Formats: sequence, structure tokens, C-alpha cells
Amino acid sequence: MSDFIGDWHALVILLIAGVIPNQIWRMLGLWFGGGIDEGSELLVWVRAVATAILAGVIAQIVVQPPGALASVPGWLRYSAVAAGFAVFMVTRRSIFAGVICGEIVMLAGKWWLG
Amino acid sequence: MRSVGSTVLTLVLFATYLGIGALAHDTHFSLAWALASTALVWAGPAQIILISTLGSGATILQAAIAVTVSAIRLFPMVVSVLPMMRTPRTKRRHLILVAHLTAVTLWVECFRFLPHVPRERRIAFIHGLGGGLVAVCLMATTIGYGLAANLSQLLAAGILMLTPLAFLFSTARNCRELADVVALVLGLALFPLATMLNSGVDILVSGVAAGTIAYGVHRWRARA
Repeated sequence: MSDFIGDWHALVILLIAGVIPNQIWRMLGLWFGGGIDEGSELLVWVRAVATAILAGVIAQIVVQPPGALASVPGWLRYSAVAAGFAVFMVTRRSIFAGVICGEIVMLAGKWWLG
Repeated sequence: MRSVGSTVLTLVLFATYLGIGALAHDTHFSLAWALASTALVWAGPAQIILISTLGSGATILQAAIAVTVSAIRLFPMVVSVLPMMRTPRTKRRHLILVAHLTAVTLWVECFRFLPHVPRERRIAFIHGLGGGLVAVCLMATTIGYGLAANLSQLLAAGILMLTPLAFLFSTARNCRELADVVALVLGLALFPLATMLNSGVDILVSGVAAGTIAYGVHRWRARA
């Protein structure tokens, strides 16, 4: 088994846990597209839950960081996010400026800590 | 292809997929796995949820539930995009690839570009735009994966940090109503609380709780 492909088992899991649960909603949209009101109450709730789940994922990466990110102290990760967010707001919601600023704060802080 | 290059969002998408490649590497998935997930799932949040839940030891069922809940938002996107390119002669099978390519970036760009494209050419236009975005993201996944494997710890940490930053700001930018803001803020705040429950589905617990509260705020505002 090559390093590129890795474990076949993991690819089957990708299909079951990733591809199918994700694609099913696109195909349902294709099939039943006509009859749904975009502003319906159910979709408002769904959108709120989906946003909150995504927020949870963001929090998870920052609070319980994977791999190399774990080498950065917690306070520095939180400061980087806070600084990035401040710049994001000041620049009238520029995603790019916010990301660059957050990165600079974290990298500079980590470099300075050694 | 020019439209692919001309979108600022492509840069953000590139950064996101650099992060996904790096995340896949650091949670011990193979490069082929990461590329297959980019091509077949084609939804950044779902991929990150999948990688981080499986990487932190969740079962297949728990990961599948978290992914499918995050993917529900694709349903209204597909529903709202498809009418823009339907003609009387369009068959449903002509739209399968368009439905697959539909994700946040493409959805936003559809509203920007499609009014300038003649209706009968829109499906081809979206195939081109979406295909270009997938190609860019496959490259980014590969580069991110390779960088995480070879870079110093400092820079590898920087690439992993791209994901939460890019997602936080693009989600914040998409907030239109108070309910969206409440869902985002509470979703961030409740996650650390939910981890104390040690349920194994912390993201689902905090997500459903925060989302439902946000919906409650929306209802309460609608009544007031």
C-alpha cells in the first residue's frame, strides 16, 4: 500500500461518513427544488443550526488544536483570532485583511516566544 | 477561467483548502484521501468537520451526523441556484453537476455573474467556473498537505490557523440577520461548555443548542 493512497478502509469511511451525508442534500435540492419556500421557518432554523455547528468547528480548532497548531500557546491563538476579528471589522468586513492580520499576530508572537 | 481568477473569494477558498490539506496531514489521513474529499465532498465545512471528528476519535455514525447537519444548508442553496439556469429544454440530469458544484463560493458568485450570462449558456458557464474552482482547491489541498509535512512547526501552525480564521470571517460576513449573528457567537461560546459533557458529539450538542436559541431570538423578534 503506497503512502499516497494510504488505508483503503479510510476511503470507505470517507464515502460513508463524508460524501453520502453531504451529497444527499444537494440531490434532494435538485429533486424537490420547486416546492420549498426559501424564507420558510424550517429553513431559518436549519440555517441557524448549520451556522452554529460551523462556529463550533471553528472553536474546536482553536480550543483543541490539531498537530502543529498545538505548539502555539492558547492565549496567543485567542489573541490572533481577536486581532484578526478587530481588523476584519475595521476594514468593513474584509475577510482577507482579517486572515492576514490574525496570521501575522500568531506567527510574530510564536516567533518572538521562540 | 478568467472568472475564476477574478474572484477575491478564490483567494479565501485557496487559503481554506491549504488549511484543509494541512489538517488532513496532521490528523494522519493520506493525500489521496484528502484529494478525494475535496473532489467528492466539495464543501469546506463538511470536510473540516469530517477530518476533525474522525481525527478526534468519533465513530463513523457521529461523524456522518455532524457532516449531514452541516450540509443541510446546501439544500436551500441548490434550490435557489437551479432556477437561474433552467430553460424549457433543460433536463434534470443536465443539472446534476451544477448541483454537485454548488457550495458557498459558487452560490455567491452565481448571483454576481449569472445576470451577465445568456440563460442558455449558464450551465456551461457554471461547469467552467465550478470546475476551475475545484482544480484550484485540489492544488491548494496538495500544497497544504505537502507544506504541513515539510515545513517548520511555526509555519505549519500558521497554515492550520488559516482554516478557523477564513471560516470565522466568511461566516461573519454572510450574517444578514440577528439570528445569524446569535448563532455564530453562541456557537463559538457554547462549544467549550459542550466539551465538558464529554458526549463525543460536542459539536452537535453546542450547534443544535446555539442554533435553536438563535431561532428562538428570530421568532421573538418577529413577534415583537
